[in-house]
Amino acid sequence: MSEQQPMLVDDSNVEPPQPPMEDVDVEYGVGSTVLSIIAALVIPLILVAFYFSFLFLKDEDANKGLKVILAVIVGTVGAWGLYWGADQLISRLPRRSANAVRPFLFVGPAMAFLGFYLVYPAVNTLFLSLQDARSDEWVGIDNFRTLFTEERYQIGIRNSILWVLVVPGAALIIGLGFATLVDRLGKRTESVTKSIIFMPMAISFVGASVVFTFVYSFRPEGFGDQIGLLNAVKVGLGGESTNWLAQQPWNNIYLMVILIWLQTGFSMVILSSAIKGVPIELIEAARIDGASEWKVFTRITIPTIMSTIVVVWTTVIILVWKVFDIVWVMTGGRDNTQVVAQQMVQEFFTNRNNGVGAALAVLMFVAIVPILLINIRRFKAEEAMR
Amino acid sequence: MTTLDPSRDLAADDETQTFAPPKAKRVAFPIYLTVYLLVALWTVPTLGLLVNSFRDPGDIRASGWWVALVSPFDTAQWTLDNYTRVLDEGFSNAFLNTLAVSIPATVIPIMVAAFAAYAFAWMDFPGRNVLFIAVVGLMVVPLQMALIPILRVYTDLGLTGTYPAVWLAHTGFGLPLAVYLLRNYMGSLPGSMIESARIDGADHFAIFTKLILPLSVPVLASFAIFQFLWTWNDFLVALVFLGIDPENRVLTVELADLAGRGEGALNLLPAAAFVTIILPLVVFFSLQRYFVRGLTAGSVKG
Repeated sequence: MSEQQPMLVDDSNVEPPQPPMEDVDVEYGVGSTVLSIIAALVIPLILVAFYFSFLFLKDEDANKGLKVILAVIVGTVGAWGLYWGADQLISRLPRRSANAVRPFLFVGPAMAFLGFYLVYPAVNTLFLSLQDARSDEWVGIDNFRTLFTEERYQIGIRNSILWVLVVPGAALIIGLGFATLVDRLGKRTESVTKSIIFMPMAISFVGASVVFTFVYSFRPEGFGDQIGLLNAVKVGLGGESTNWLAQQPWNNIYLMVILIWLQTGFSMVILSSAIKGVPIELIEAARIDGASEWKVFTRITIPTIMSTIVVVWTTVIILVWKVFDIVWVMTGGRDNTQVVAQQMVQEFFTNRNNGVGAALAVLMFVAIVPILLINIRRFKAEEAMR
Repeated sequence: MTTLDPSRDLAADDETQTFAPPKAKRVAFPIYLTVYLLVALWTVPTLGLLVNSFRDPGDIRASGWWVALVSPFDTAQWTLDNYTRVLDEGFSNAFLNTLAVSIPATVIPIMVAAFAAYAFAWMDFPGRNVLFIAVVGLMVVPLQMALIPILRVYTDLGLTGTYPAVWLAHTGFGLPLAVYLLRNYMGSLPGSMIESARIDGADHFAIFTKLILPLSVPVLASFAIFQFLWTWNDFLVALVFLGIDPENRVLTVELADLAGRGEGALNLLPAAAFVTIILPLVVFFSLQRYFVRGLTAGSVKG
């Protein structure tokens, strides 16, 4: 894509080809009028197409493959046509107003999505958290009082905090250690082993939970051989089988292991690329001065990649705070393994208690606000440096 | 812990030697041990599941998967029955449902985000900075905040349990990251190029479609992979907006249901899990490079 000029003369361009640098007034020729009519017709036509495709999509007997193909074609071509048609119409406007309006055509749809799917629900959830289970009456802060006084919610909050303290730290330390060690191996070994550690990133939390079902599986003595890896090892070493997922409070740790297994690859890959960015001269100089490898690691590598460590850490914290699937599938929150995100879904989806569910959601959001502010500050600092 | 031991050379490992950078690296044995121990910890659970998925249902209940590896050539113990049964019992339908959810849920946000990202990077309008900072802030808002209100609106509109309901929800939830990534990338393209296109009379729409989009293919690919894996693996959004009606279930919902049936479905679980994770694994391994590039661009900015 080096020579762009010829491609830029596009037949959908409203303005006739004009000498460069000259602000010629738009002339409305026959071609341009036809284009206007097409543009004006495109928008309602696409909307009608959307409507009928939607009816088809709701049709239960329709073929699923057809639905997908239709959705992709009508969805992408249609959305593209809407942008194009609206842009054409805007081009009819006097140049100054066209320039003022056009940016909002570009950002408008995205902002509408964000408004409807994130901003409006956030405000609404705040209101719902101050209402009763069926969202009929205002109850003040009763729901929040419930959260902080009833034991099962207290335990849920405690567990969530434990998850946030343990999982990101463990994923970071293992990831950093692995990235550092593997950096010394041959290229081929490095890339293969990194792929393996990274692989769980592609597996769903539900899938990972099933993987670990066969690690933690438990049979009481006399009920056949152990089919879970951990118990087989333990029994093989002469111990007694353990019902790992019912063993409080350690069962929380066993569930956390699943998420550590899933997330270590993420921190490893990011940190590995940061480690490779540490100036080699710096490291060589330290080595010549007689610094041990451990010193080089703690005094040079870690301080240099500190900002990346913080980014990875906060990213994983946010993910861990929202963890839901693993607990839902493995224990359903039994034996005091409940966490806030899973209780939230349970309250609103299973127990039909909108009030407490919304209060849990608000709690989740409020806890994340500091990270939100840190992100914004970091972003502003980056922009200032651009 | 990581001291180099000059007495050991890597001559034993031909592969490493060939691919090692010119200056021969000397690696201590403990490093190898640690690395391979971790690799083993990371692979064994998945491999065990894979082995189990091909075993006779009775065997899966009776003994651990490692028992099968004692006599791997005893072909009588291997079977594809679990896979055929799993596919018959809803998983082929769920596979189609998941495709139907995740493809549009990947395509739509990319398009919407690309337009917005272009405007944030290259157009001047009042409120540009404030809106973009809002996007940065929205990146961390927990999904849980949105569930109850959106479900209420969907129910009023009769959208619950339809594909568009899930596509649009995934679009809304995926947009902040998409806009952020694409805008950072588009903003780093040379401004002189866009200037000269403008001078040649191209309008924003033409510059966007003919110039910026083709140049942004790498970041579009990165985000596409990311979003596809996310929507394919998603459990929560599909559970809430598509529901547990067997006709509508996606793979994760179907698998979670199977896992919830306990011992009774134990023999089907391994095969079901592999049906669920096979496509993301293929996508992941074939397009890993783009995926990693996107991750690093998103997290190590600045």
